[in-house]
Amino acid sequence: MRTICLYFQIHQPFRLKRYRFFNIGNDHYYYDDYMNESIMRKVADRSYLVANKVIRQIIKEYGCQFRIAFSISGIALDQFELYAPDVLESFRKLAKTGCVEFLAETYSHSLVALKDKNEFMRQVDEHRQKIKLYFDYEPTVFRNTELVYSDSIGADVADMGFSAVLTEGAKHVLGWKSPNYLYCNAINPRLKVLLRNFRLSDDIAFRFSNQAWSEFPLTADKFVTWLNKMDKKEETANIFIDYETFGEHQWLETGIFDFLRALPAAVFRDSKFTFNTPSEIARNLQPVSSISVPYPISWADEERDLTAWLGNDLQRDAFNRLYTMTEKMNRCSDPRIRKDWKYLQSSDHLYYMSTKFFSDGEIHAYFNPYESPYDAYINYMNVLSDFNIRLNAMVPESSADQEIVNLTRIIDEKDEMIRKYEDELKRLKSSKTKINSVKGTRTKAKKTVVSANRKKPSSTKPDGAKKITGKAVKKTPGTRKKKQ
Amino acid sequence: MRVLMFGWEFPPHISGGLGTACYGLTKGLNQVGGVDILFVVPKAYGDEDQSWLSLIDAGEVVVSNRIVDYKGFFRRIHFIEVGSSIIPYTTPEEFEKLMSKKEKGNRFFVNTAFSGKLAFTGGYGISLFQEIANYAAIASILGVSYDFDVIHAHDWLTYPAGIAAKMVSGKPLIVHVHATDFDRSGGSVNPGIYEIEKNGMEFADKVIAVSNLTRNIIIEKYGIEPDKVVTVHNAVEPLENRERIKREKSIDDKIVTFLGRVTLQKGPEYFVEAAHLVLQKMNDVRFVMAGSGDMLKHMIHRVSALHVGNKFHFTGFLKGEDVFQMYSLSDVYVMPSVSEPFGISPLEAMQSNVPVIISRQSGVSEILEHAIKVDFWDIHAMADAIYGILRYNGLSTMLRKNVKEEVDNLKWENAAAKVKEIYSSLV
Repeated sequence: MRTICLYFQIHQPFRLKRYRFFNIGNDHYYYDDYMNESIMRKVADRSYLVANKVIRQIIKEYGCQFRIAFSISGIALDQFELYAPDVLESFRKLAKTGCVEFLAETYSHSLVALKDKNEFMRQVDEHRQKIKLYFDYEPTVFRNTELVYSDSIGADVADMGFSAVLTEGAKHVLGWKSPNYLYCNAINPRLKVLLRNFRLSDDIAFRFSNQAWSEFPLTADKFVTWLNKMDKKEETANIFIDYETFGEHQWLETGIFDFLRALPAAVFRDSKFTFNTPSEIARNLQPVSSISVPYPISWADEERDLTAWLGNDLQRDAFNRLYTMTEKMNRCSDPRIRKDWKYLQSSDHLYYMSTKFFSDGEIHAYFNPYESPYDAYINYMNVLSDFNIRLNAMVPESSADQEIVNLTRIIDEKDEMIRKYEDELKRLKSSKTKINSVKGTRTKAKKTVVSANRKKPSSTKPDGAKKITGKAVKKTPGTRKKKQ
Repeated sequence: MRVLMFGWEFPPHISGGLGTACYGLTKGLNQVGGVDILFVVPKAYGDEDQSWLSLIDAGEVVVSNRIVDYKGFFRRIHFIEVGSSIIPYTTPEEFEKLMSKKEKGNRFFVNTAFSGKLAFTGGYGISLFQEIANYAAIASILGVSYDFDVIHAHDWLTYPAGIAAKMVSGKPLIVHVHATDFDRSGGSVNPGIYEIEKNGMEFADKVIAVSNLTRNIIIEKYGIEPDKVVTVHNAVEPLENRERIKREKSIDDKIVTFLGRVTLQKGPEYFVEAAHLVLQKMNDVRFVMAGSGDMLKHMIHRVSALHVGNKFHFTGFLKGEDVFQMYSLSDVYVMPSVSEPFGISPLEAMQSNVPVIISRQSGVSEILEHAIKVDFWDIHAMADAIYGILRYNGLSTMLRKNVKEEVDNLKWENAAAKVKEIYSSLV
C-alpha cells in the first residue's frame, strides 16, 4: 500500500493589545479584539471557507476514498465561536462526512510539553473534550504545537494513550533515512511516529507561487509524477501544511484551490496512491525502525529546532516567567484567570520576540504584529505582570499575600455593610422629610414629631461611626498592598 | 586617486560632530587604501587678517602646508590650512572660551554643530556670507595649483569652495550632507544658507547623505534628483583601548540618562514627561539630564512643576571623561530627538554597554537593530520602554549582550569603502 497523508493545521492566536506598564493593576483585558476579529474574518473568507467548500466537493465526488486530517487548536476554535461561527459550522459538516480525522493537540497551541507534564496532559485533555464536543470525534493521534517533538515528549504522548504522533522529517534527525516510512518512538515503541516530507510539503506551502522556482508552475499532474518517482518500497508521503496555505499564504489567484481540486483526480487516475489519515497509517503500516530524537525538533525555519520560540534571552525569560506560575494555576479555578492562562500560553507570543527576523525573517515578519522583538517582549511582560498580580490575589502564596487577601475580604464585607447602612440612612431621611411635610400641614401633632426628630439623629449615629471605621480599615491594607 | 576635501574642523582642534565624522571618514579611507587626501580647513590668523585679504587681491594665497602624522594613520593626508576669519565652534561653552580670548580682528564665529540655529545679528550675516565667498575664492586658486581627481565638500560652509574648485578644475564634485538647515532650524530656514545648500547640491555630481532621513529631505525640500543622492551611514570610532577611571555608583537606584544639548531638536521635554510617567510606577529610578542649551531653564521649571525634582537631576554641560563616566553609570540611554540627521550619541552609549532608546526620527535608527525605537512624541511608548528595560531582566540582559557587538560592527572602513566607490564612479 502506498499512501498520501494530508494533514492541515489551523490556528489563530489571541493577539495582545498595546498594554503599557501603566495598565498593570488597572486593566485586566489583554486582547486586541479588533485585530483578532479582522484577521479571523479575513482568513475565514479567503481561506477556511473556500478550502472547506472545495474539500466538501471532492468528498461528494469521491466519497471517503479522499481522506484528510485536521488539527484545530483550542484557541482557534474559541475564535471561531466568537468571530466566525460559519467556519465552525462548515468544519462540522466536514466532520459528518466521516472522511475527516481530527488530531489532538494542546488547547493553547503552547510549548508546555517542554516544561510540565501535568499541565501538558491537562491541556491535551481539554482539547480532546473540545473536539468531542464540536465534532463528536475522539482523536487517537497527536500533533504537538509546531510539530515540536522529542523522545521524551513522545513518551508522554504515549502515556496519554495516543497511538501515533506527527512530527517533522528533519534532516539532522533522519540522516540517510527516508521520511516516507512509519517509525516508532525510541522510548515507547508502541507510539508510531509519522514524519513530514518537508520537500513535498513545502513545494505546496512555500514554493507554489514562486515564479523563480525551476518547477514553477506546479500542477497536480506534475505533483503526481513526483509521487510516482518515489522509491517503490516507500509507503507514505506525509504532506503536513498550514491550512492557511490555501487562499491566505498562496492567494486564490495563484491557482492553489485549482491545484487542491485537481489533486485527487490526478492521483486516482495516474497513480496507485490512496489517501489515508494518520490513524489509518498507524494502524495499517508496520514501523520500519525507531527514530531517535534526543533534542526537540519542530517544523520551523531552516534549523527545524526551537530557536524561533526559545532562541534568545527575551523568549527564554518570558517562557520561564510564564511557567513559574504553573503551580499556582493548579490551585486556581477562577474562570477568567484560567482563560487568560490559556491564551497567554500560545507559542505565537514567543514567536513575535524572535530576533531571527533581523537576518532571515520574511516569514517571521509576515506573521508579526509588532515592530520589533523588544516591543513584543515589553508588551507581553507587562501583561504577564498584571496577570501575576491577579493570580497572587486569587491564590496567595506567602503569609503576606494571605493577609492581603483576608484584609481585602474584610474591606469588601465592610463596604457591603456601609452600602446597606447608607440605603437605610437614605430611607430614614426620606421618611423624615415626609414627616416634616406632615408637620407643616398639621401643627397639632407638633409635639410627637419633635420627639421623633430627636430620636432619629441618635439612631443614625452608630451607622456613621461604623462608616468611619470601615474606611480606616480600608486604608491600611491599601497602603500595604502598594508596598508589596 | 587624489581627493581635495573641504572641511571646517579636524580633531584635536575641535571635537564637534562634523570634525569627528571627517576624522573617521578620512581614517577609514586610509584603511581602505588607494586614496590620497588633500584636506583643506579654514584657519584663523591673529592680527594678519587684513593683510591676508589683500594677498588675495594680489592673486596669491598664503596657506600653511603641512603633512600631519596622526598616530601613524594619516601618512597620506596632506593638510592645507587656509587663512580665514571663520571660526567654527560646536557648544556655547566653546564659543565663550573663544570670545574670552578677545583677540583683535574681525572674526566670524560659526556654530558647526549639526543642529542649532545660527544666530545672525545685524549686518553680521552679510559679512559672514562675504567671508564664505572669500574662502571659495581661495578654493579656486587651490583648484588650479594642486593636482587631484575628485572634490569632496562637507556641509554648507564649504559648498561654495567646492563649487569654485570644480569650476576652475573641471573635476567632479561630491557634497556630503551631514545636516541641512531644516534640521538645524526646526523649520524656520535661513534663506541665505538654504541658497548655499541648494546651490551646492545642484552643482554636485553626487550628493552623499548621512541617512535616508536626510536623503529624503534633500530630495523633497531641495528638489534634487533622487538618482544623484546616495546614503552612506556614519560609523563610530572604536573606544580607545585604555584604562578609564570608572566612577563607582554610589546609589542603588537605576539611572536613565539624556545626554546632549538641551534644545528643541533634541526633544528634552519628551524625556521629562516620560520620566514623570515612569516615576509614578517606580521608585528606585533616577533621571539625569546632562547638557545645556536654551531649553534648560524651561526643563527645570517643568521638572519642579511635576514634583519629580527629587528624582530628576541636571548635570550641566559634560565633556571628555565625564561623558564616558555618565554613560558607564547609566542603565538606559534615551535619545528623544525630534529631528536628527544621524545621531552619534546612542552609539557612544552602546560602546559602554548601555541599552538605548532612540527616536524613529533619527538617522541612526535606520541602521540599529538592538535598540528600542519610539516616535519622539509618544511619551507612553518611551516610558514603557524605560520601564521594560529597568524591570524585566530578560530585556536588559539581551540588550547589553548585543549593543556592544552591534556598535563595534559599524566601522568607518565600511562607510569609506562606499565613499570610495562613489569616487570611482565619477572618475
